[in-house]
Amino acid sequence: MSDPALLSLIIFLPTLGAVGLMFFNSKSEGAMRQWSNAITLVTFILTLFAWSRFDPAKIDAAHPMQMQVKASWIGSWNVNYQLGVDGISMPLVVLTSFISWLAMLASASVTKQLKGYLMLYLILETGMLGVFLALDFFLFYVFWEVMLLPMYFLIGVWGGPRREYAAIKFFLYTLFGGVLMFIALLMFYFDSAGSSFGKTFDILQLAQIGQGHASAGGQFTPFVQMTAFVLLFIGFAIKVPVFPFHTWLPDAHVEAPTPISMILAGVLLKMGGYGIIRIAFPICPLGAYWAAHALVILGVISIIYGAFAALAQTDFKRLVAYSSVSHMGYVLLGIAVWKLSEGSAEQNSTFWNMGLNAAMFQMLAHGISSPGMFFMVGVIYDRVHHRDLNQFGGLMGLMPLYGGLAVGIFFAGMGLPGLCGFWGEAWSVVSAWNYNPLYAVIAASGVILTAGYILWAVQRVYLGAEYKGPHAEAITPITEREVFIGGTLLLFCIVLGVYPNWMFSQMQASINLLVDSMSSTKGLADVVKQIETAKQVSGL
Amino acid sequence: MNFSELIDRLGIDTRISLPHFGPELIVIATIVALLLVRLFSADRYLPASIVAIIGTALALMRAAVQFHAMQNAPASVAGIENLSPTDAVPIFTGLLMYDPFTVYFRIFLLLFLLFVEWLTVVTGIPDQEDAPDFYVLLLGSTLGMMLMASANHLLMIFLAVEMTSVPSYAMVGFLKGRKAGSEAALKYVVYGAGAAGVMLYGISLLSGLLGTAHLPSVAHALVEFGRLHSHINDPAVGTLVVAILMILVGVAFKLSLFPFHFWCPDAFEGAAAEVGGFLSVASKGGAFALLVRFCLALVGETRSGGAPLSELFMNVGVGLGFVAAVTATFGNLAAYTQKNMKRLLAYSTIAHAGYMLMAVAAMMVILNAPTGSSMSPEERVAKAVTCIQGLLFYLAVYFFMNLGAFAVVALIRNQTYSEEIADYAGLAKQAPVLSACMAICLFSLVGLPPFGGFAGKFMVFASVWQAAELNPLMWIVLGFGVINTVFSLVYYVRVLKVMYVTPLPEDARPVDVPLYSTAGCHLAFITAPVLALGIFVNWMSELAQRVAGWLL
Repeated sequence: MSDPALLSLIIFLPTLGAVGLMFFNSKSEGAMRQWSNAITLVTFILTLFAWSRFDPAKIDAAHPMQMQVKASWIGSWNVNYQLGVDGISMPLVVLTSFISWLAMLASASVTKQLKGYLMLYLILETGMLGVFLALDFFLFYVFWEVMLLPMYFLIGVWGGPRREYAAIKFFLYTLFGGVLMFIALLMFYFDSAGSSFGKTFDILQLAQIGQGHASAGGQFTPFVQMTAFVLLFIGFAIKVPVFPFHTWLPDAHVEAPTPISMILAGVLLKMGGYGIIRIAFPICPLGAYWAAHALVILGVISIIYGAFAALAQTDFKRLVAYSSVSHMGYVLLGIAVWKLSEGSAEQNSTFWNMGLNAAMFQMLAHGISSPGMFFMVGVIYDRVHHRDLNQFGGLMGLMPLYGGLAVGIFFAGMGLPGLCGFWGEAWSVVSAWNYNPLYAVIAASGVILTAGYILWAVQRVYLGAEYKGPHAEAITPITEREVFIGGTLLLFCIVLGVYPNWMFSQMQASINLLVDSMSSTKGLADVVKQIETAKQVSGL
Repeated sequence: MNFSELIDRLGIDTRISLPHFGPELIVIATIVALLLVRLFSADRYLPASIVAIIGTALALMRAAVQFHAMQNAPASVAGIENLSPTDAVPIFTGLLMYDPFTVYFRIFLLLFLLFVEWLTVVTGIPDQEDAPDFYVLLLGSTLGMMLMASANHLLMIFLAVEMTSVPSYAMVGFLKGRKAGSEAALKYVVYGAGAAGVMLYGISLLSGLLGTAHLPSVAHALVEFGRLHSHINDPAVGTLVVAILMILVGVAFKLSLFPFHFWCPDAFEGAAAEVGGFLSVASKGGAFALLVRFCLALVGETRSGGAPLSELFMNVGVGLGFVAAVTATFGNLAAYTQKNMKRLLAYSTIAHAGYMLMAVAAMMVILNAPTGSSMSPEERVAKAVTCIQGLLFYLAVYFFMNLGAFAVVALIRNQTYSEEIADYAGLAKQAPVLSACMAICLFSLVGLPPFGGFAGKFMVFASVWQAAELNPLMWIVLGFGVINTVFSLVYYVRVLKVMYVTPLPEDARPVDVPLYSTAGCHLAFITAPVLALGIFVNWMSELAQRVAGWLL
């Protein structure tokens, strides 16, 4: 299969599956489930196939992307159907199809209006894969918004008791962020008119213009870069979510059905981080450097705030939701620790490189451990129909296998060495040390808080003498299907924890490229000087 | 010139003009046929709807042939840049203009008329007794809109607006014996008459001031006028401004712009949903075509900027932009509290008129920007073309998404006898196809991809962006436009929430619209283009660009 066909098929196969579902009889639920499972599995296999063709060793400045597709979409506006993968997007694409497949298996607990659920689910998968594969900003935006509609209905129709509120809140927050991104999109389009590319939406070309690359024949002014960066950052930060834009997340996570929570935590949050790395930073390097300090502070606040909020929860799912805020804070911290050595002209971006690696790894690790945690909460919720942390206890004795899997996955989320959560957190803290030891210390103390809420939750839910809550009679051993989903997730938690280089080796070349090109941005020295002067003037 | 010479000239002119007037003539013939059908009681065997549909289809075909001939005219083969407006032919002694813009709007309006007629056949409004009357009004109104799109003379503008309005008044009150309908029609008439009076006054002022009412001559006279009265405090300039404002009032009434929108929610609530759908799209289309022509007449032929009055007209553009921003904001905010679906759609119509007006405002600003901004005439035209392109594209999407929403309302009304949003509870379970069509139309109205509404909004906002680069005040307009997208989400989604999330009440009346029925088929035909225009944007966007390029 040719590259264009492969990438397009990966994106649109789920939609074709959704169209196919229309021809099923609404009563033949088994057949519809099998069909949807098969579609998500085939999509996953296709992404693995694409991965097997991806060669990180061939990534260099002349070939930043592989398997590129470029076809004109809206000629009069120079919008292209442009796809491609590099070391940053490839692991996330595989993660997306992987989590989509597992969450589809976990959808067995959904019984209401099954056909509509499956169709929306598959359309959602198209939107997510499209976001990670698109290399045209317009196309990226379209896929970004396409995701919104199914998500609204999936939370609003199949969610918990406060689903209407949660769904509209999610929709409004994300649309608001999307609108800000839309303004940045127009800004780039019209400001690129003076470059040698003409008006363009091409993310790679826009990045060259932003960095003042010699071939671009022009550069976005610092003012444009700063404005656009702020707009883009808010748009993406809502999705990550970064404090103070996170308030939609606990509601959406708690009200969404278990599989949708898995998707939300596993994939949707990653889009925010991916957007910052793929669009906001490369296109607006001057704005990014100018805002880096604020970003680091927001990252640290997210880590600490999320952890404290998680400590205070009595709802098991809400606890996991706030843990996401905390864990995604490390992603932002790792991305933002960009500091050029003061005084000397020599640039030392080793630590920033490390931070970006840590951020990417943290996204992947969180993309596996967090769906696992939500799934584990869902397993017990399906049986006892409550999530009150104070009414659990003794589950380890009643469901030993479930207890074992759950504790393993929660430890992975906690960042125990040897499990996947460790590397991202540790390295982003290390890279933050070079930026400012104070932030590193605060961020590191977040690890203690994380250990606190997770161990406390494990104690209250799985340990203890006996189960004290309602529906004790409904506690049945974990089913094979549930073991498969939980076990697979735990397996990858361990594999990534023991052999992180598996992922680093994929990402390294692209991240080096990103760091090199951004560090050589034209006019960066002026921004550095301005910030230094501003610091001296304000006496900081 | 003696009298017989004059008659001869008129004869020759009419003979040349009539073929260009073909679609309109066919519509007129259809109206006559409808009246004859009633006269000879033939409507028992040949329903009036069939006569109307055949007539409309013939007129549409004629217009399509005209458009095809224009596109393939020798002058226009070489591509968009080389097109000269040689295709523009003034007809009927310059009262009307026959150019691609005219023909494009003929096709737009006739196609829309065809869809509305199809909808009325599906929903069974009007009944057989009233059908000839109804279709005569419908066709008569469309005829007026087609004249609006081709008007080349201030008097013609007035006549076309009136010709559109008078049948509309009757159609709004067409459901006899319904108090709400009569009330709505009365409000509409009073408002319409007032606006028409103001507009006529404006027209007489303008033609008195310039000595002509012929739009191209107005443009020339304005250049001369500007040279004589270059100072903005000159009383003559004040009169000119008043005249322009008064004419714009008449157009604003047709477009239901703030603060001339008050008739709109009442008229839509009282009228049948089919009529509401017709008025919301067709009369907007005609009025926007007219507004664009009028604005271009003010700017004149010069495209290099710096005409004597360009500063004044730039302010007219900015003013239109602010009216657009306020209209969009008002429409969206007022829609929040609506309980009746038709009223909600009426306010949404107002808001969308605001978005579309932004494109016209942007065009005015761009065409009148000072020459100092180092913009070549070609660049200026190219930018103005994107404004008209955005307007045309938006209208094309709006055609389908708004009619789709009204069609769903009509179909639900036929089965539950209710147009209250609360009565839509749980509809998604009963009628999934109908609800899915509603969802597509409403999301497109919000402006979310992958639906056509997004592409339209993108083009409109892009044109406002270009204007804002020339006049910073337009940034405010752009900001309002963008924020309104978020505002509008809430009330559209509220409808969908009732349809999808709220459980079906026990005593709900059954609603059943399967895909394989005339109604389901009709809905699918209306909503499919909403999606298609969002995904296969290129075709329509290039067509709109070509038409806009021809006009400018």
